[in-house]
Amino acid sequence: MREGAAHPRYSLRPCKELDVDVVLSQVFTGISIGSVLLLAALGLMLTFGQMGVINMAHGEFMMAGAYTAYMVQRGFPDEISLLVSIPIGFVVGGLMGLLLEAVVIRWMYHRPLDTLLVTFGVGLVLQQLARDIFGAPAKQVRSPSWLHGQVDVFGYQWPISRLFITAMAILAVVGVAATMRYTSLGRRIRATVQNRDLAETVGISTRAADRATFFIGSGLAGVAGVLVTLVGSTGPNLGQSYIIDVFLVVVAGGIGQIKGTVIAAFGLGIIDSFLSHATSGSVAKALIFVLIVLFLQARPEGLFAVRTRSLV
Amino acid sequence: MTSTEHDEAAPGRLTVRGLTVEFDGFRAIDGVDLMLLPGQLHFLIGPNGAGKTTLVDAVTGLVKAQGTATYEGHDLLTTKSHRIVRLGVGRTFQTATVFEELSVLQNLDIAGGVHRSAWRMILPRGAAPTYVEEALEAIGLADLRDRPAGSLAHGQKQWLEIGMLLVQDAKVMLLDEPVAGMSAEEREETGALLRRIGGERTIVVIEHDMDFVREYADWVTVMHAGKVLTAGSVAQVQADEQVQEVYLGRTADAVLHEDDTAAAAEGSEI
Amino acid sequence: MKTIKLAPATWGTIGGIALLAVLLFAVAPAALDAFRLGQLAKYLCWAIAAVGIGLAWGRGGMLVLGQGLYFGLGAYAMAFHLKLEQAGPDGVPDFMKLYAGGVMPAWWEPFRSGAFTIAVIAIVPALVAGIIGYAVLKRRVKGAYFAILSQALAAAFAILLIGQIKSTGGSNGLNNFTTFFGYNLYLPENKVMIYQITAAVLIVALVIVAVLYRSRYGELLVAARDAEERVRFLGHDPANIKLVAYVVAAFLAGLGGAMFVPVVGIITPSNVDALASIALLAGVALGGRAALFGPVVGAIAIGYAQSALSENFPGSWSYFQGALFIIVILLLPGGLASLFARMRRTPAHTQVQLKQEEVPA
Repeated sequence: MREGAAHPRYSLRPCKELDVDVVLSQVFTGISIGSVLLLAALGLMLTFGQMGVINMAHGEFMMAGAYTAYMVQRGFPDEISLLVSIPIGFVVGGLMGLLLEAVVIRWMYHRPLDTLLVTFGVGLVLQQLARDIFGAPAKQVRSPSWLHGQVDVFGYQWPISRLFITAMAILAVVGVAATMRYTSLGRRIRATVQNRDLAETVGISTRAADRATFFIGSGLAGVAGVLVTLVGSTGPNLGQSYIIDVFLVVVAGGIGQIKGTVIAAFGLGIIDSFLSHATSGSVAKALIFVLIVLFLQARPEGLFAVRTRSLV
Repeated sequence: MTSTEHDEAAPGRLTVRGLTVEFDGFRAIDGVDLMLLPGQLHFLIGPNGAGKTTLVDAVTGLVKAQGTATYEGHDLLTTKSHRIVRLGVGRTFQTATVFEELSVLQNLDIAGGVHRSAWRMILPRGAAPTYVEEALEAIGLADLRDRPAGSLAHGQKQWLEIGMLLVQDAKVMLLDEPVAGMSAEEREETGALLRRIGGERTIVVIEHDMDFVREYADWVTVMHAGKVLTAGSVAQVQADEQVQEVYLGRTADAVLHEDDTAAAAEGSEI
Repeated sequence: MKTIKLAPATWGTIGGIALLAVLLFAVAPAALDAFRLGQLAKYLCWAIAAVGIGLAWGRGGMLVLGQGLYFGLGAYAMAFHLKLEQAGPDGVPDFMKLYAGGVMPAWWEPFRSGAFTIAVIAIVPALVAGIIGYAVLKRRVKGAYFAILSQALAAAFAILLIGQIKSTGGSNGLNNFTTFFGYNLYLPENKVMIYQITAAVLIVALVIVAVLYRSRYGELLVAARDAEERVRFLGHDPANIKLVAYVVAAFLAGLGGAMFVPVVGIITPSNVDALASIALLAGVALGGRAALFGPVVGAIAIGYAQSALSENFPGSWSYFQGALFIIVILLLPGGLASLFARMRRTPAHTQVQLKQEEVPA
């Protein structure tokens, strides 16, 4: 979410004095920023956290989700196109993830740091593809009328589209947590993460578990991409503008920790919002980095540390 | 002599008292006391999971521990690993780790970093210092000095590691199964090497090979389930009933007096 | 005391550096026209930073994705000075008249001094790297965490530059320089001189890193990359060993950045942001991250390819760069240097492989 990128940061900034209204509005803005971060980070937490794979193309999967929403809108009325886009965005992102896993990443599980550079290369190619297919100028996706308008929360006017994103983020968290906890797929994924060799000896196909993890994680990026069309325009640089922030959320939250990711996403969003309010956006960005370095001083393994596959 | 017996700050004195290591509520080491006297070859034996390696890990700063462990009066439990090494407590790991593409001589040389200033670290190497030459002689690899360490036989790598400890001038050497996987002759040579370099050093060997223990141990500490079961000379330990009970199915007597040929063939693991 | 013989690779190193010096100082100025020589000078600036990346990443295992920060610190320090040179004594840089009402921040003032500027270029990138590296490495932050933090660093730096338009020129950056320490930048002979200074800096950078590679320190650095715990039990703190490499890499990036300004004539946040930082790695990966000459060869090759492709097929550069990362890292992790080593059938002395089967963490 860089300034000057295709995705200008949304900010509600009524006045500069620090009163209750301001605090409340910054918290809400922070939650809103955090929701977007959370949606994107959740998928990354799966692939990076659970599998140790650093997928820099994750942002471009988001971009693909956003373009999916743009394309779907051409075939469906505005009122329902968003709802149609969400599952399609999931599948588009997921399939891209599967392809990436099958072609590139599966050969590199023993070189996690190198996957970062390879997937960065994939991201570059995808960005240029988007530029060639859709053109460099950003595209607008129209939001459905039922998301227009505002509702009153604690006396504060809150855009419904923002609440919708927050709701979807929470839904996604619950969905991922439930999948990991209660389904046999989730159990297989967790078993593979905890002890690959042992999982294999008890008949779990670790390859299938890897693929499933990648499908879900990348699919979530697609969904995040669909939803960010509600708060910004869609361009080839969309993914790039998010990827670093999203990685920071996962790092600060602790590898493979849903709880940590949720807290880190909202925490980062709220801190960002307050700092942007108190200073200029650019200083805020630098300050956030300093804060994260300081935070990692105190907790080098993030909010919640757990023993997973070593990250070299 | 008796006046320095309880002086923990005495030269070369490593003392461990009430050492406890917990992993998620499980006590891998539970209140271990050890006093290691310089000039003796100590052996640490016990079944798998007894906590032998964990004990060494705790003393060398690899795992967090409660209790006390001091070397010449320095608290080891609050000291970082590399500082412990610089104090004079060195260790090896179960699998020899040497720099495969460097020559034997270079391997020994790089272990001498503790004696060098930071500035000399970044200058190209010139000549090998005398202590490196001495260590090379001591471990009997003088003829192989220019061979890459990766081409050494398994036993020779272990000796090279011991040589690196000599170069580091380790006053206490903690050796984790140095003769595992060695041939009978290699074991003999290792034992002789340990005797040779023992002198004023304290050497602690974790070992499974009972023949080796019988042959070379001055002092044996038996560990079981995170505790010290008993300690004493080989004869004393062999006579201990508790020790015999620990090895279910086989009496300690059988373990400690196993037929020599069978032991050599099997590497007689307890 | 018997001497340890210099490995044959040492003579290869000396010969290689000498050959490069001949190519850069004698062959290139004769063979290339002024424009191409200027382009080569630009690639050399990247190569200087790349040499440092080879040290930190190739030998030290630290994936430094944010070298743009240090490149930028050097570059902006130089640019501040050149802007003030142009403004004349007591003058205010032109862009400040535009954005800041002609008011110059007080901290710009010392950059009027060339000596101060050179001191800043030499010290500040290394100092910043020392502080950040100490904080991060001492806490054993490594691997992916290290990479992501370093990348965030460059991103934050670029955003800060864009935001502080009154003192940095914002996203337009700083340009329109006229003199370089008194030498007119438009005169062809001065352009050649700047090229020569850049080439000399690169040679010095190579010598520094070559000495490090051949030293005990260099061996320990590789050992710290491959088996941190073992290094600890040689009595060294791996964090200190890595920190030295990180600081040297930052120092070199700062030098590269400083020369970039008079060579190219403009510095903008997009030259130093996260994207530019990671692009620096492309050359290092292509040439061979752990090889001494790999990063230099790679950086020059990439620079050339970028210019050639952008001139002839606009838009294709992204595909090319993307494909390069994918193919080189996936199929040729040792870079071109590993091909070269394989052809010569000699063990690449770039890897002091440490056999590590099992070291308890």
